[in-house]
Amino acid sequence: MSLLEVRGLHATVDGKEILKGLDLTVRAGEVHAVMGPNGSGKSTLANVLAGRPGYTVTAGEVRLDGHNIVDWEPHVRAHAGMFLAFQYPVEIPGVSNMEFLKASLDAQAFARQAEQPGAAAFIKQARELAASLDLNPEFLKRGVNEGFSGGEKKRNEILQLLLLQPSLAILDETDSGLDIDALQVVAQGVNRFRSAETGVILITHYQRLLEYIVPDVVHVLADGKIVQSGDKNLALTLEEKGYAWLT
Amino acid sequence: MSESVDDLVKSNADYKAGFVTDIESDTLPPGLDESVVRFISNKKAEPDWLTQWRLQAFDAWREMDAPEWAHVQFPPVKFDEISYYSAPKALTDGPQSLDDVDPELLRTYEKLGIPLHEQEALAGVVQSNPNVAVDAVFDSVSITTTFKDKLAEAGVVFCPISEAVHSHPELVQRYLGSVVPQKDNFYAALNSAVFSDGSFVYIPKGVRCPMELSTYFRINERNTGQFERTLIVADEGAHVSYLEGCTAPMRDENQLHAAVVELVAMEGAEIKYSTVQNWYPGDENGKGGIYNFVTKRGLCAGAGAKISWTQVETGSAITWKYPSVVLRGDDSVGEFYSVALTGNVQQADTGTKMIHMGRNTKSTIISKGISTGRSQNTYRGLVRISPTAQNARNFTQCDSMLIGNSCGAHTFPYIENSNPSATIEHEATTSKVSEDQLFACQQRGIDPEKAVSMIVNGFCKEVFKELPMEFAVEAGKLLEVSLEGAVG
Repeated sequence: MSLLEVRGLHATVDGKEILKGLDLTVRAGEVHAVMGPNGSGKSTLANVLAGRPGYTVTAGEVRLDGHNIVDWEPHVRAHAGMFLAFQYPVEIPGVSNMEFLKASLDAQAFARQAEQPGAAAFIKQARELAASLDLNPEFLKRGVNEGFSGGEKKRNEILQLLLLQPSLAILDETDSGLDIDALQVVAQGVNRFRSAETGVILITHYQRLLEYIVPDVVHVLADGKIVQSGDKNLALTLEEKGYAWLT
Repeated sequence: MSESVDDLVKSNADYKAGFVTDIESDTLPPGLDESVVRFISNKKAEPDWLTQWRLQAFDAWREMDAPEWAHVQFPPVKFDEISYYSAPKALTDGPQSLDDVDPELLRTYEKLGIPLHEQEALAGVVQSNPNVAVDAVFDSVSITTTFKDKLAEAGVVFCPISEAVHSHPELVQRYLGSVVPQKDNFYAALNSAVFSDGSFVYIPKGVRCPMELSTYFRINERNTGQFERTLIVADEGAHVSYLEGCTAPMRDENQLHAAVVELVAMEGAEIKYSTVQNWYPGDENGKGGIYNFVTKRGLCAGAGAKISWTQVETGSAITWKYPSVVLRGDDSVGEFYSVALTGNVQQADTGTKMIHMGRNTKSTIISKGISTGRSQNTYRGLVRISPTAQNARNFTQCDSMLIGNSCGAHTFPYIENSNPSATIEHEATTSKVSEDQLFACQQRGIDPEKAVSMIVNGFCKEVFKELPMEFAVEAGKLLEVSLEGAVG
């Protein structure tokens, strides 16, 4: 059974149809890159999969581990193993990163009827992950993304990914705005997340990221549909020729 | 904001303190005239000066009009339909010890989590802190004061004000009305005429009060008003931290609570006064609830004195209160930290006054207003720098947060500066709990209700950290409970 199965997905934003019959299958152990020109619907796809308010599915289905999740609330999808690394991580002033991470872990453990992690073990793990992402452990005490640089915000998303251990990770242009050092740190984090049990969808504009996270499949999204799929070489072709030849 | 946050903002929370205690009471019939004032004074066997003081206040009150400048709306209070005195019957002659107190009353306080048995408090039985002495006021009378002996060892006086009138008459006569005069305003005048009980605290020179002091106010009887009077005097170099908590049963009628709190801090003294106000706010349509019309003022009488007000206001149908500091001593410090949360159709008009008179006086105002439902939340503050206040400084920060589309946040800051050497800073923000924040939390598995509570708690963090540790946790929980209702 596929981890994620998207069939004939149509979705609108503010009444305008953005996704127009999209199909996508991600199996456990696979990394899929979704590329495409501006306005093709890449970020819409990420938000629709995560169930963001304002994004309306008008037809088709999204199956996660075999369950059609189209009507599920965002936090229920998260409990089922879906994770979205945000393109623009939001600030939550006064709520410390540590508090936020613990609340997320506890909520997910509760929903899965698993034991909540102990405070000491949690703090140790959070500090180790922060260090592995070149983040000063002090930043765990600061408000969520409060006054973080662009790079710190993106690395914080990866920290959450590694801590929460979802089954499916969607990275929405996590590479945008990163310098080459930060990009490598982020890529290392994602590679660490990769396993035979997990799936990844990388949404990106640039082939650059794919040098560090090598995808199994590359898709081109144009006008709300997947118009071309191939192996990692497709990304190189796109880099060379652009998107025009596809449409 | 799109609809989903709005959808979250629904009905009222279960008001957990909303039960009624079935107890026999001596309650004065409704109505107010001179005989009522004399009755109350007589009931407490007060000296003549106090009876006269009350009558002066009553005469003044009759000539005054209820203030209408606040940003709140309600039908005029019918003062002749209120009973001005109510006491549990068993206490009419005053309890000698807790053994004399009706067990039903003790259970009331147990339900509310307020420990009145000292041994239980020490053992931490009733979710309490062993370092808190409690004075419990039920309707018009004080039920008991815990840890009196331990406090007496340190020379600290902590007792019902009705008792202090007899045990420490010179202190009461000297300071009563010294900060909030009888005729200060309409509700203060009413309180001065009919106040029934409240707490009195005196900390002698150089003494650091060995424990937190706390007064717990409970309105039980129907159609009664509560008019408590609290007076705290910290002598030179003394230090005290004081907390008040308030609850009332759920009733369909509005009930009036018009308290006066006076603080006096002498040279080098420090008073920290914290309030967790959770009076019954009324139902989701605004039926019932407490009218909380309160005058609170502190005087930094000597050099280097410090008065700090911290309030967490989640209850009451209408709140009208401005805990203030008069900075008379040179180098004195005034602080006001406030969280006011309104839901349903609650209305709050609250803030502070910082009156700078001494040189190098300093004040800080941090106000956090959170509005949900159809509520209206107003910050009103005055910073006045007198010509004598050389080098005075004020910093004000007013932040408002809106949850949903039908509520309002208002800010009325007044600054009157008569001294060019003053430094005055004012910052204000208004924000919404954004869809983005809510979605970010939900995407990590946190349900919307918990998410809103976490975001609001984060917003209030600067104020909560000013509360005594034990109460900061309580305040966070209270906020969560109040919001649970708002985002049910």
